Amino acid sequence: WVCHTPIRLRELIRTIRTARTQAEEREMIQKECAAIRSSFREEDNTYRCRNVAKLLYMHMLGYPAHFGQLECLKLIASQKFTDKRIGYLGAMLLLDERQDVHLLMTNCIKNDLNHSTQYVQGLALCTLGCMGSSEMCRDLAGEVEKLLKTSNSYLRKKAALCAVHVIRKVPELMEMFLPATKNLLSEKNHGVLHTSVVLLTEMCERSPDMLAHFRKLVPQLVRILKNLIMSGYSPEHDVSGISDPFLQVRILRLLRILGKGDDDSSEAMNDILAQVATNTETSKNVGNAILYETVLTIMDIKSESGLRVLAINILGRFLLNNDKNIRYVALTSLLKTVQTDHNAVQRHRSTIVDCLKDLDVSIKRRAMELSFALVNGNNIRGMMKELLYFLDSCDPEFKADCASGVFLAAEKYAPSKRWHIDTIMRVLTTAGSYVRDDSVPNLIQLITNSVEMHAYTVQRLYKALLDDISQQPLVQVASWCIGEYGDLLISGQCEEEEPIQVTEDEVLDVLEGLLVSNLSSPVTRGYSLTAIMKLSTRFSSVNRIKKVVSIYGSSIDVELQQRAVEYNALFKKYDHMRPALLERMPIMEKTASNGPTEIVQTNGEAEPSVVEPKHPPPVGQPASQVKNTVFGLVSRCLSLMAFYLFDLSKTVNFLSIGIPPMTAYNKNGLKIDFTFERANPNPNVAVITIHASNSTEADMTDFVFQAAVPKTFQLQLLSPSSNVVPALNQGTVTQVIRVLNQQKLRMRIKLTYIHKGSAVQDLAEVNNFPPQSWQ
Amino acid sequence: MMRFLLLFSRQGKLRLQKWFTPITEREKKKIIRDMTTLVLARQPRSCNFLQWKDLKIIYKRYASLYFCLAVENQENELLALEVIHRYVELLDKYFGNVCELDIIFNFEKAYFILDEFLMGGEIQETSKQMVNRSIEASDMLQETLEEYMSKPAF
Repeated sequence: WVCHTPIRLRELIRTIRTARTQAEEREMIQKECAAIRSSFREEDNTYRCRNVAKLLYMHMLGYPAHFGQLECLKLIASQKFTDKRIGYLGAMLLLDERQDVHLLMTNCIKNDLNHSTQYVQGLALCTLGCMGSSEMCRDLAGEVEKLLKTSNSYLRKKAALCAVHVIRKVPELMEMFLPATKNLLSEKNHGVLHTSVVLLTEMCERSPDMLAHFRKLVPQLVRILKNLIMSGYSPEHDVSGISDPFLQVRILRLLRILGKGDDDSSEAMNDILAQVATNTETSKNVGNAILYETVLTIMDIKSESGLRVLAINILGRFLLNNDKNIRYVALTSLLKTVQTDHNAVQRHRSTIVDCLKDLDVSIKRRAMELSFALVNGNNIRGMMKELLYFLDSCDPEFKADCASGVFLAAEKYAPSKRWHIDTIMRVLTTAGSYVRDDSVPNLIQLITNSVEMHAYTVQRLYKALLDDISQQPLVQVASWCIGEYGDLLISGQCEEEEPIQVTEDEVLDVLEGLLVSNLSSPVTRGYSLTAIMKLSTRFSSVNRIKKVVSIYGSSIDVELQQRAVEYNALFKKYDHMRPALLERMPIMEKTASNGPTEIVQTNGEAEPSVVEPKHPPPVGQPASQVKNTVFGLVSRCLSLMAFYLFDLSKTVNFLSIGIPPMTAYNKNGLKIDFTFERANPNPNVAVITIHASNSTEADMTDFVFQAAVPKTFQLQLLSPSSNVVPALNQGTVTQVIRVLNQQKLRMRIKLTYIHKGSAVQDLAEVNNFPPQSWQ
Repeated sequence: MMRFLLLFSRQGKLRLQKWFTPITEREKKKIIRDMTTLVLARQPRSCNFLQWKDLKIIYKRYASLYFCLAVENQENELLALEVIHRYVELLDKYFGNVCELDIIFNFEKAYFILDEFLMGGEIQETSKQMVNRSIEASDMLQETLEEYMSKPAF
């Protein structure tokens, strides 16, 4: 019988690379895999190594290689170093803790950790330190701890990182490594020093007790850092004239953790930080990397104000650096410090604003975020000019966030109502299709409350519609305003600017044009039909309006049809109520506790009693409650009127057919509430707004909320209002989730944020959705 | 800590993948697809950093290979560039003027070198010479079995 020698690895690679098509490659791979499989079956020891290596190559090309897993174990168990090397590599590439098979490695690793050859020990430590599961870590922690105390620096450094991995997998084991850390920092070997600092950092980050315990190391760390800076040229560790930048950065990071919130430690490191900040060579990236870390440390500990100013100035200089990476990093750091050192960062505002014009996308984004953080009552006009210019010219990926930011800033700091309306108009006309859905009701509320600007607003919106009816949020707000203030429009009452001459027919032409245009979404059509209806009490062309309304009584769009039918009924049977129902909207107040998207009518009545001409319709009623009253159809009609008239169905809580809000998450000071609405017009889409609040005394920054739902659902997550959850419940981050569902809703959420300098991550299941949210 | 390191060509072909946390094969494939798409789409003179989910991605092109390193948010991006550069230097010293073909035909050695430089998502050794010496010594262990350096062992 013929004995086939498996082909060599490099020959296989060469052969596969000659394949001209994917199909040809696949054929070669399948052939070789078959050969390898039969070789494995024959339990061949000589070529196992070669075969596994080939398998690893094919795995990299994307082909399945799971049948080689056990073979890797056999290689690891072999006495040949070549075998072990490939075996451990294969284990790291093909196995992970999800496979039971990996546990079989434990014994081999244990033996190899005690091998006479340090390079074998090294392989074992490396594999354990990269992919050891919790069980393996528990079994082998003792061996790692032993090796952490060895005098062999090659093994000691690996044991230190292995210990880090063990602690990450099984935090309870951290204590057992404490004794071995005793003289880690006395080592001269840089590898050991570096990994020791990593180990100490990990322990301090995980345990306040450890942190307190290791504070006494600050002087020693300061000394090591000083030696690195002051020492002459060391060829072994030199990078562009700087001695071991990797170690310097790690020490700076550990100092940051130890100095934070502690006066004594912070004072002890003050001098060295100043020294590094002023003496580090800035011509190359490596020097700037150290400066960057130094700045982060200075900002986080209790440093003197002089040092803090020095740090911010370094960042200011970074902003002017030719190197894009440095500019990017400066903006990111300034964003982190803008809350705590607001005035210092303000001094660099003009440089930051210039970065909005940078060609680099990452830099633009950071500059935009930072610009918004810097807006205040004093600089609002100038800043808004720059930001609106940015909004005009930026890439689509920025427009939604920029528009939201402009609205938020305008709401907080608008110097005048006219300026506020103008700013909103500018956003709607230049980026109107990127504006978030929930801005529309917000803007409507704002406009309603700016009583003296009604004429000006409706005129500007009308003119905008003449130019462009493609941007739905603009069209919706404009329709609503025309419906409300159309009388002001035709009477030419505008004080702020030259009033335009427009007739009732022209206005109705525009609104009817929206109804028939292909550009209008169904929601927009709803707005414009309602606007037309409202004009029946403001214009004299009632007959024309009656005609339009009756035409749409047979519209294919169910939503439009329903409205038209109800409006028709209003004309025919309840004409005496029409003036009262379609009366001008009163001022709406915002409820303080909910975010900007919650609006409540202040003078709604509790019971749908006799409708008096002067009072607006009772709108606090969920439809179901109204059904049972004596007034029956009339009341139902009234509440539905209210529903349409407000057209705020997306976000007004009391119209949400009574789905109660819920608390989805409440841990470590972070509370996330969910409020619900049904989307209009698709009732199968649940619109959930999350409200994240923070009761701790430090802000939660870089807050990211992610949600996942079972496969049978579809989920859409819109942009959040911001990514900073301010401390002490000073504000909320809101974000809208849309879920298409017809069954019991379940959700898994993931939260990540930075709190007091540490990154926090949490996963949670949300199962307590009220039944109404999915029925 | 570092989360993963990927090396891929300008056509998006993967040349090396090192994962520092347990991830399913399916997720790995998705991440590789995302990274190659994102990085290859970047303008030539963009900055070397981008934000992806909750990770920072640092990438740099050396000749025909892209080095793509993902780190957690508290890591120093400028230093990450130095990490990538250090790995390239180590490869260069070992192979002598390293090029993509060296990595293709000797991928296992690229991994061995990486495993002497990084471990568990952290830097293991900051001295170039130490890493080189360890690799040479390990190679010598193989050499006595089958003349590892001049004739491949498999």
